[in-house]
Amino acid sequence: MLDLYLNAIVSGLLLGGFYAAVTLGVAVSFGMLDVVNIAHPAFVILGSYVAYIVNAKLGLDPIVTGVLVLPIFYVLGQAIYQVSYLSFERKGSDSLRGLAFFFGLLFVTEVLLILVFGVDYRYVEAWYIGPTLRFGFIDLPLRMLVPCVLSIVLFGALHLFLSRTYTGRAIAAVSQDPTALRLLAIDPVRIKRIGFGLSIATAALAGAFLIVIQPVEPSVGREYIGRIFAICVLGGMGSLPGTLIGAILLGIVESITTTFFGPSWAPAVGFGFLLATLAFRPTGLLGR
Amino acid sequence: MTAAATSEPTVRPVKIAGVSTPIFAVLALCVAALFYGALALVGNEYLYFAGYVVLQFVVMATAWNILGGYCGYVNFGSAAFFAMGAYTTVSVYTVITDMSKTLVGQLLGTIPPPLLLVGLIVFAGVIAGLVGLGMGYLTLRLRGVFFSIATLALSVVLQTLVVNWDFVGGSRGAYVIRPNEFPLLPGGFIGYLFVIMLLLVVVALTVARGIERSRLGFGFAAIRDDEVAAEAAGVPTLRLKLIATTISGALMGMAGAPFPYYIGYLQPASAFGLEYAVNAIAMPMVGGTQSWFGPLIGAVLLGSFQQWATVSISSVLNLLIVGLLLIFFVIVAPNGIIGFIGDLSRKRRLAKLARAAIGDGVRP
Repeated sequence: MLDLYLNAIVSGLLLGGFYAAVTLGVAVSFGMLDVVNIAHPAFVILGSYVAYIVNAKLGLDPIVTGVLVLPIFYVLGQAIYQVSYLSFERKGSDSLRGLAFFFGLLFVTEVLLILVFGVDYRYVEAWYIGPTLRFGFIDLPLRMLVPCVLSIVLFGALHLFLSRTYTGRAIAAVSQDPTALRLLAIDPVRIKRIGFGLSIATAALAGAFLIVIQPVEPSVGREYIGRIFAICVLGGMGSLPGTLIGAILLGIVESITTTFFGPSWAPAVGFGFLLATLAFRPTGLLGR
Repeated sequence: MTAAATSEPTVRPVKIAGVSTPIFAVLALCVAALFYGALALVGNEYLYFAGYVVLQFVVMATAWNILGGYCGYVNFGSAAFFAMGAYTTVSVYTVITDMSKTLVGQLLGTIPPPLLLVGLIVFAGVIAGLVGLGMGYLTLRLRGVFFSIATLALSVVLQTLVVNWDFVGGSRGAYVIRPNEFPLLPGGFIGYLFVIMLLLVVVALTVARGIERSRLGFGFAAIRDDEVAAEAAGVPTLRLKLIATTISGALMGMAGAPFPYYIGYLQPASAFGLEYAVNAIAMPMVGGTQSWFGPLIGAVLLGSFQQWATVSISSVLNLLIVGLLLIFFVIVAPNGIIGFIGDLSRKRRLAKLARAAIGDGVRP
């Protein structure tokens, strides 16, 4: 019994590390830039499929692919932000249209992937997908451990960038006081564009992690919507440490749920977290 | 509301152009009857099959617009409310067939199916309305974005519940056997389902138009335009938003209730299909969100197009087209077809005025 619990908690920790990488982009776009990108999971899945194609055609490691396509996703993110800025934000139109726009993106991406690849599950091959490290009765499958460790590295890198560099601090500040940024001769739109590019770029890596952890099909992204936003809100929106804590908490609870009630209940956990947070502590764990 | 009602004398009722709501309901019924009469004359059963889906989307789009268009709160979980209605029917149906030995099963079994369906629609409306109210109560005190995200997640969680609930068939799905005969109307039971859905359309449109012209509608519009100002001006924003979510959710549930009879075999994946969520948003956006007429136009156009495209192109491709249309309209024509036509005629009128003022000679 004890080893079952411990293993559930350990795999929850590993899962949580990965969830942190998936949520990272939304913590930046939603939490800092105030752009409600509900299409983020679709970009994660897109990242998975890119890793899958390159892996299947060229045999390249999925995570290396994820790193290589970071610039492409960054530019894609910048382009999307530009469209959204020109069409909605600049005109000051209500959030309804922006939301509908991103919902449309989410839907179109999913349908396009279905059209091209069908609804079959796709998977990748890499040396770390099979083996498992064992410490006593605790299992550490490498296909979970590698994404988890790299997620935390990614997390740390972005956190350093956002807290130490000039541009990074501007990103963290832009939605709070755009006028102050203008006074410092920083263009808020450019900063938001960079921030959004970064947020989409993280999706490329998160997608590569996802397809290492589990086989992927186009509609898998939907399960992540509840999770991502639950973690983001629980973590206190823009707070990166809060996001990490929220992700690990959700990972552990989900893993325990899976162990004791079966995997089909796992998607409900994120939603429960989301509703409970919104109802009782909408500012999140580390919220201001 | 009560406070406003007691200090009434200073508030003069606003004069609104157009017929009153009861007359509108009668007119809508007449139009519906004419439409049905025309279809019955053609006498092709497929028209009922295809028409039912279009009508169902009219109800969904109108329901979405009551919250989305009038209040400005985006509901991404239309599929969840629709499925709630559908699964209300499935669970009651399962009580009748699988628990026919119990008293409840026997009592329900004595009700003839056509009558039972009407009861189911009302019941589904109550359930979906209550869920809408609950969701709203938990999330509507925050920024509207949180409500939208919660509704997005609601579909996933309800689908999880249904998949794990063996009583309604779990992930395998459930059969609901449609009676073959319906003696009073042409087209059999499908014809009857069509008539029921047509009546639901009349109800939904009347409710939507009624709201538009009432204090409720003005309150909704105030919330949409500037919620903080509305609150400051004494509009009970939370209560109004809850009313909107309840009405909107209830109508969606009602639209879903007859669906198992229509489809015959209901799977979670089809009841919770993303196409309901995307269509319920795309149709009002394409038609225009400002009045009851927009969702109607959008649903009739997009719904008929999809009925045609599913048969002649492919069902996945037509969903792609709907998604692209949604993005296109949101960016290019944010007020939908109605707003676009309104803009055009306004421009033409202005051009005419300008020409009259300057004189025709100025223009080449």
